[in-house]
Amino acid sequence: MAEPVAPDPSTGEAPRAAREPVRLTIPELSLVVLIGASSSGKSTFARRHFLPTEVLSSDACRALVSDDENSLDATGDAFEVLHAIAAKRLARGRLTVVDATNVQPEARRPLVALARAHYVQPVAIVFDLPEKLCQERSRQRPDRDFGAHVIRRQAMALRRSLRGLAGEGFRQVHVLHSPDEAGTAVVERQRLRCNRTDLGGPFDIIGDVHGCFDELVTLLQTLGYGVAMTAGENAHPGFDVQPPEGRRAVFLGDLVDRGPRSPDVLRLVMPMAAAGTALVVVGNHDDKLRRKLAGRDVQLTHGLAETLAQLEPESPAFKEQVATFIDGLTSHYVLDGGRLVVAHAGMKAEMQGRATGRVRDFALYGETTGEIDEFGLPVRLNWAADYRDKAMVVYGHTPVPAARWVNNTIDVDTGCVFGGRLTALRYPEKELVSVPAARVYYAPARPLVSTTTPAGSGADAGASETPARDPQLLDAGDVLGRHVVETRLHHSVTIREEQSAAALEVMSRFAADPRWLIYLPPTMSPGETSRQPGLLEHPAEALAYYRREGLAQVVCEEKHMGSRAVLVVCRTPDVARRRFGVEVDGDDIHGGTAAGICHTRTGRHFFEDRALERAVLTRVAAAVERAGLWGELETDWLCLDAELMPWSVKAQALLQEQYAAVGAAARAALPTALDALAQAAARSNDGADGGAAALLARYQTRLVDAERFVAAYRRYCWPVHSLADLKLAPFHLLASEGAVHVGRDHVWHMETLARLAAVDPELFLATPYKVVSLADDASMQDAIAWWEALTLRGGEGIVVKPLDVVARGRRGLLQPAIKCRGREYLRIIYGPEYTEPEQLERLRQRSLAAKRSLALREFALGMEGLHRLVEGAPLYRVHECVFGVLALESEPVDPRL
Amino acid sequence: MLLTIATTHRPATDLGYLLHKNPARVQSFPLSFGRAHVFYPEATPERCSAALLLDVDPVGLVRGRGAGPTGGDGASLAQYVNDRPYVASSFLSVALSQVYGSALSGRSKERPELVEQELPFEATLAVLPCRGGEGFLRRLFEPLGYGVTAQGHPLDEQFPAWGQSRYFTVTLRATTPLQRLLTHLYVLVPVLDDEKHYWVGEDEVQKLLRHGAGWLAMHPQREQIARRYLRHQSRLTRAALARLVEEDTPDPAAADEVHAGEEAAVERPLGLDEQRQAAVMAALHAAGARRVIDLGCGEGKLVQALLNDPAFGEVAGMDVSSRALALAEQRLDVERLAASNGQRLRLFQGTLTYRDRRIEGYDAATVVEVIEHLDPARLRAFERVLFGEARPATVIVTTPNVEYNARFEHLPAGRFRHHDHQFEWTRAEFEAWAHDVAARHSYTVQVAPIGPLDPELGPPTQMGVFRRG
Repeated sequence: MAEPVAPDPSTGEAPRAAREPVRLTIPELSLVVLIGASSSGKSTFARRHFLPTEVLSSDACRALVSDDENSLDATGDAFEVLHAIAAKRLARGRLTVVDATNVQPEARRPLVALARAHYVQPVAIVFDLPEKLCQERSRQRPDRDFGAHVIRRQAMALRRSLRGLAGEGFRQVHVLHSPDEAGTAVVERQRLRCNRTDLGGPFDIIGDVHGCFDELVTLLQTLGYGVAMTAGENAHPGFDVQPPEGRRAVFLGDLVDRGPRSPDVLRLVMPMAAAGTALVVVGNHDDKLRRKLAGRDVQLTHGLAETLAQLEPESPAFKEQVATFIDGLTSHYVLDGGRLVVAHAGMKAEMQGRATGRVRDFALYGETTGEIDEFGLPVRLNWAADYRDKAMVVYGHTPVPAARWVNNTIDVDTGCVFGGRLTALRYPEKELVSVPAARVYYAPARPLVSTTTPAGSGADAGASETPARDPQLLDAGDVLGRHVVETRLHHSVTIREEQSAAALEVMSRFAADPRWLIYLPPTMSPGETSRQPGLLEHPAEALAYYRREGLAQVVCEEKHMGSRAVLVVCRTPDVARRRFGVEVDGDDIHGGTAAGICHTRTGRHFFEDRALERAVLTRVAAAVERAGLWGELETDWLCLDAELMPWSVKAQALLQEQYAAVGAAARAALPTALDALAQAAARSNDGADGGAAALLARYQTRLVDAERFVAAYRRYCWPVHSLADLKLAPFHLLASEGAVHVGRDHVWHMETLARLAAVDPELFLATPYKVVSLADDASMQDAIAWWEALTLRGGEGIVVKPLDVVARGRRGLLQPAIKCRGREYLRIIYGPEYTEPEQLERLRQRSLAAKRSLALREFALGMEGLHRLVEGAPLYRVHECVFGVLALESEPVDPRL
Repeated sequence: MLLTIATTHRPATDLGYLLHKNPARVQSFPLSFGRAHVFYPEATPERCSAALLLDVDPVGLVRGRGAGPTGGDGASLAQYVNDRPYVASSFLSVALSQVYGSALSGRSKERPELVEQELPFEATLAVLPCRGGEGFLRRLFEPLGYGVTAQGHPLDEQFPAWGQSRYFTVTLRATTPLQRLLTHLYVLVPVLDDEKHYWVGEDEVQKLLRHGAGWLAMHPQREQIARRYLRHQSRLTRAALARLVEEDTPDPAAADEVHAGEEAAVERPLGLDEQRQAAVMAALHAAGARRVIDLGCGEGKLVQALLNDPAFGEVAGMDVSSRALALAEQRLDVERLAASNGQRLRLFQGTLTYRDRRIEGYDAATVVEVIEHLDPARLRAFERVLFGEARPATVIVTTPNVEYNARFEHLPAGRFRHHDHQFEWTRAEFEAWAHDVAARHSYTVQVAPIGPLDPELGPPTQMGVFRRG
């Protein structure tokens, strides 16, 4: 244990000179327990030295639960509250002071347990003041009416307690012996040694070296470190290592044992640590060596014997130096503002930045079940599989065939001493650099083979795991309840509990395998409502919006009327397995060679017929191949956002139950009504009033509207018997290996995707588009004229997008797209007769604010999920975003917008 | 949207007195959902017809009082693209009671002697949505003495594959008092449409009883009529039928489980539900389980049985559907339970494909008729969540035996028992899966039949009892 742990020497010692203030040193994160009789000045002391929020007073808790801070029968409830608050504070890493008498061991016991449970040190500050003084002060307090016997009993209990405090588990005990001492004492908060949040990197984090000196030098040189040999002592050379500008090495422990040159490794690392060019955390092998050097009785197994033999010729001074060095190593470091944690065997979230024996044990050995496997190695619990924290954890200890990310953690011990590689992780680049071992220096107890599934499994060759939790298995806790998702485009997005509940149902009952759901498209808002007669939407509003926000150019794309389809296309089933962890049959009886998914905007399989889905994917993959995009994008999978036509292929039920039904009802009912009205109007010539004629005219218009409505939906329907009847219009190449294509503008997307249509015009439809300059009226008029022509022919309309995929305006992120739908198309949305003036006027009252806010949040989430996938984040981190989009879609926003 | 009532009674123009509407003028009436117009296409002494034309305002329906953008009960009512303006529906009933109110309640100021008289009437509805088709239409009106003509309409003649719409132009002919005709229309038009534009509450029972007086109790379709008129509110249906049919008949709504659907309908003759529950309970007893969680508890039938059995000290139910859980809470009367039994029961939303700490720590988990609702690709996730992570000592899984489907009379060959079933297994398939799962997760499993054993096809349902090794 590196941190100061010895009980304070002041315990029970003679009082210091009154004028010299007592310095009370406490760890910056600890549970400070004030111990003293009533009226001994604890609260005054606490007020002087701690924030009001740091102090939990039993009196205040009594008042909280009973409105009376002296109510003794509220004591039980008050302490329950106090303990609950203390637990929350400690879990959040906040120093906490308990202001209660705490004179009884049974009052202190739960506090010590609480501190232990949260891996913080309990610190006692004892107010050992003369009883008479307390009695005197108590009498002066009008609110205290308990008798003198109470304080007497407390003072007695306190004195009985004094000697046992260290034994109760208080790692530091400070005793204040007089009112003067209490009044002048100074509290000094000491930074924990593991807390180096002030160091921002960049770092080169190096895995277990185990005496592999040559490989270490090669690795350092590969990383750009200058390594020079200097004259050392005792015929041993010394080493001078110069890091590249601003960088710092971090050693993850286990510098020694098993390998050929442990002393040289120490000789290289120790000066770096002393010079501050390296940080070193302690490993279990280092620690065992320290104990051996300190004269303890330890077994000379697991390579320690080799180290001792190598140390044999060294001077006692060097051995002393080594012992001191290891003794001074800390269990782990929290670096870079809390974003990075390094430790030998890993570090659970709740232990990070804390320093107790259990934390140190975890750092040294990880978490074991206490069982031993058939190779004589401890059975490990896979803490990384459950890791959910934001801080990246880099660790070693367990040799793995290759370093892999598991839930924002990575094991970089690639078994150099066993003939593997010595690996470093460059931070913040997250780049792995490794050099091969020159040979096998030490035979592993069990073979170094990866046995588990791909994509982030915690393959563990040096110890067996408990029944492996599939790292791709999602946890209800990942998505249920209120969630906040941090996005890089648009701050954090909050998902409310009821939205999560709705999404959970949809996700687990209807959606496809989450491993395939890497993106859900955002909703899209229309432009401001047009004031032009007879129209609800017109491109002028969308163009004006982007111009107002200061954009120079936008892209107008034709909006195809089909169904939204997101495709993840893998070149081969092997890619599906490797990249997405999904097993897909290699040989498909229908000749499908690609793999992936085609899903709807809510994550359902687009095609119920999986053979058809496979055929579509295979066809798309073939086009990507012929267009040369695999090579150009250096990828073997890609994700496309597209429109799949005809509308009737997916919307069959909607069409029949709603659209065709309304058309059928209207076209069956209206002629009958017209007949009746015509008869009545004819009678009116014989003297009845003219009301029938007016009604007749009105119903004639309604019939015309109904016919137009039927014509509108019919345009988007054609029978589909096979793949040959489908049309796919991709409009956004969302992502491929290593890249989310947000940096490419929409013209690139349009042109790249048009190449698919060029090689397979049967399936693909290139989307017509225009780049519009917002400074140029003619350019805008041209776009408007284009829209008019398109919609006159029955087209759905256009989508206006900023030229760049991500565009920001005066108040932040801009709408990624705005749709401008045609007059006839909108009959499908607003009903056959929406163009009648009295309806249209009311429909103009529509509010876009909610829709727009939703579109931004969903866009940010969608892109965030893709970024995370591309960066190799674990499934739950990607799923969180996709789930978020689905959850937000449960928001009650006018579905016609 | 159009109802014409014609008569050849002499003088036919007496119809105007019966309806209290002057044949000489077009008259319009404001209604909550739009307007109603009454006019007379014909008005001669030989033949007179009165047309009631509804002018339903679809925008008003969506934006009207109360109905938010997603509000309203029937989903179609939330849409602007809506058949309501063109069809005869509960809106027609409202219009009948407000525009033809006197005639509907059997009053005529000018021709009181005609009110009770049977007159020749012909009523035409354009168009009438008939859920249940022409057959149901006829079964509703023919027992009441109507001659029925129905002309169907295709959904879209350009897409013949889409088939017929549910809309019919219907003509009803009968010699009857006008009030009876209107009463029949008032009750039966919404029944055919099977969708109501307003919330169905207790007073609907009163309306049904008032307008059904004298004919509904004798109608062969009375149960269906009551059920649909009251929009499937089983509690109300029970109340109405009980008051309608006064003799002591078996509770007609016992068969009316909200969630049961087609699966229960298929399996009901076997009493399979009860047998399954008994088998599961017996297996739980045999395993000595005290703390039991029912995964996919639906509306909580098994949970209730578990609660009623003191052998089970702690009972939990999980389901993915918040609606099912709400029903379960109702069924179990959770609030009342809280006082006495609350400590014993937990209900929560969750799913079998996400690992969930909340399902850990139980002696036994039951997964009754649930796995067949999962996407087969997600079975592995389910297996890991339950057998790999939660690892209760006992797991009981039941699922249909697809072989037995051939024995269900009403189930077309090749169809699953429930439309939401993603798969149904043969005995061999289930057994193979069960043994694989057991082997992978150190469990042993015994597969047992539930229900009558068919010598060739086995039992209707199969159960695997897994024990942790």
